[in-house]
Amino acid sequence: MRLRYSPLVMTLYLLFLLVPIYWLVNMSLKTNTEITSSFSLYPRDLTLRNYVVILTDPSWYMGYVNSIIYVTMNVVISLTVALPAAYAFSRYSFMGDKHLFFWLLTNRMAPPAVFALPFFQLYSSVGLFDTHIAVALAHCLFNVPLAVWILEGFMRGVPKEIDETAYIDGYSFPRFFVKIFMPLIASGIGVAAFFCFMFSWVELLLSRTLTSVNAKPIAATMTRTVSASGMDWGVLAAAGVLTIVPGALVIYFVRNYIAKGFALGRV
Amino acid sequence: MALELDEVGRAVKGQVHIQPTTLTLDKGTMNVLLGPTLSGKTSLMRLMAGLDAPTTGRIRWHGQDVTGQRVQDRKVAMVYQQFINYPAMSVYDNIASPMRLMGKPRAEIDRAVRETAEMLKLTPMLARKPLELSGGQQQRCALARALVKGAGLVLLDEPLANLDYKLREELRAEIPKIFEASGAIFVYATTEPEEALLLGGRTATLWQGRVTQFGPTTEVYRRPADATTARVFSDPPMNFLPCDKAGGRITFADGAVLPAAGPLADLADGPYTAGFRANHLHLHAASPSAMGFDCTLGVTEITGSETFLHITHGPDRWVALVHGIHDLTDGAQVRLWLDPAHIYLFTPKGQLAAPAAYAMAA
Repeated sequence: MRLRYSPLVMTLYLLFLLVPIYWLVNMSLKTNTEITSSFSLYPRDLTLRNYVVILTDPSWYMGYVNSIIYVTMNVVISLTVALPAAYAFSRYSFMGDKHLFFWLLTNRMAPPAVFALPFFQLYSSVGLFDTHIAVALAHCLFNVPLAVWILEGFMRGVPKEIDETAYIDGYSFPRFFVKIFMPLIASGIGVAAFFCFMFSWVELLLSRTLTSVNAKPIAATMTRTVSASGMDWGVLAAAGVLTIVPGALVIYFVRNYIAKGFALGRV
Repeated sequence: MALELDEVGRAVKGQVHIQPTTLTLDKGTMNVLLGPTLSGKTSLMRLMAGLDAPTTGRIRWHGQDVTGQRVQDRKVAMVYQQFINYPAMSVYDNIASPMRLMGKPRAEIDRAVRETAEMLKLTPMLARKPLELSGGQQQRCALARALVKGAGLVLLDEPLANLDYKLREELRAEIPKIFEASGAIFVYATTEPEEALLLGGRTATLWQGRVTQFGPTTEVYRRPADATTARVFSDPPMNFLPCDKAGGRITFADGAVLPAAGPLADLADGPYTAGFRANHLHLHAASPSAMGFDCTLGVTEITGSETFLHITHGPDRWVALVHGIHDLTDGAQVRLWLDPAHIYLFTPKGQLAAPAAYAMAA
């Protein structure tokens, strides 16, 4: 019976996947001495000191605040721009629409490193360097095309006759869009927001290049923390655990629509 | 008080969708647009609604030019073939939405919604979402939304095409009743001649973007102005056979000869095309004057109590609809009988030369 082994294989696989996360949580609950001096599968000397450090020291917790601010700004801007654009792509045909639509996606094909230099120079010269909006705008370069693609897929699934019926009933365009149309693609908006969040939250290169102190993201804080007394392993691990939490929370809310989102709404 | 189309036409990228059309739809009438798929029924309706702008001509509503007016400002309602409702709203809110947009008082809206829902048997479903309803109920919800608005022009674009047979019959019987009460101009598009006849009112037949005839439904059916109208307004399409009139006799392509009597007697000599409907061909001579045609049977379709015979007669392909079940082998030779009273004569250009005698009598 091969079937008998499959739960075992599955469990082993899941354990394997969870090893790094377990090790991170494990480390975050240990003291530095225990981390560096011995090998232990679980914290012998359980401590929450590492978390206390992060939640009381502004240079740590402001990293989270900064990240959340620019990620939120980015999601809002991306969706505000992408909704009308996606509507236009899904409802109207105009000269070069197909090329333009494809060109949008090609924006995602260049590595962010390519844009780090122009962004840095541009933002420095216009005084946007080290602001939240700078990072949010930079991430739009990647997130707006993605959001347009995802939303267009969802919008295409809504029959055009609904638009027309609404106009006949007397809805003006803005009112129709907000009251009738947006509820119909609510899951699409959720998925697009999630993908924007995900990219912006994990992106390190641009956010680190474009900030120094005031808008420094948590990911940058984590990778720069080597103090005079050496690495503070425990605190870093705790920061890592706390960085996973927002993503896990957000993914929980859109878990049923993720697959459609990965297919850019085209299922 | 009417909707007037004055030489209204529409072309998209050089392709003519609607040829210049002049129609006057009077207040309180049921108007059927009859034509096969792609004949321009929906295009014409979208022009009437104002969803598309005509490339030529003017549209007048109660004498006022409304060409190019925003669809929101027109007093129209439309129901599509697909069941179009607002899925995120309850049935109640769906029906209420056009009235809310007009800024009517809450009590009036409530009364109108409940009245319309009652009429369309939607009262128990008011709290539900449209997608939780059956197809027939969804379409009734769309009809209710169109009715409650009190629009002067109600456009129904094949509203029953996506429903099953039973529901279709049920709703088809209800629609004229509902319509009578509202006093609006109704326009009803359909592909089925039978549906046009059941709805009554007036019918405009469409063929390739052109209105071929407009008049009282039974009149158009009995006296089609040309062969195209006759073909559109017959299901299965009308059968045709070339013939010649000379010296008081009509000679058909296969040699059959018919003395020109009744309305045929006054026709000028020359070539004509004879037309007759599928249900007028019989397997047995129904009257002594019936003419027999030798045909080759192609395919037989049996639909319960009737049989469709797809036949070839010389170069012509015909369809006969005969009563009863006839188990005939494909490829067999059959003799089909036609009463001369059922023959329409068309000129070579397709204009009606003489209507069938039975149609004159009716």
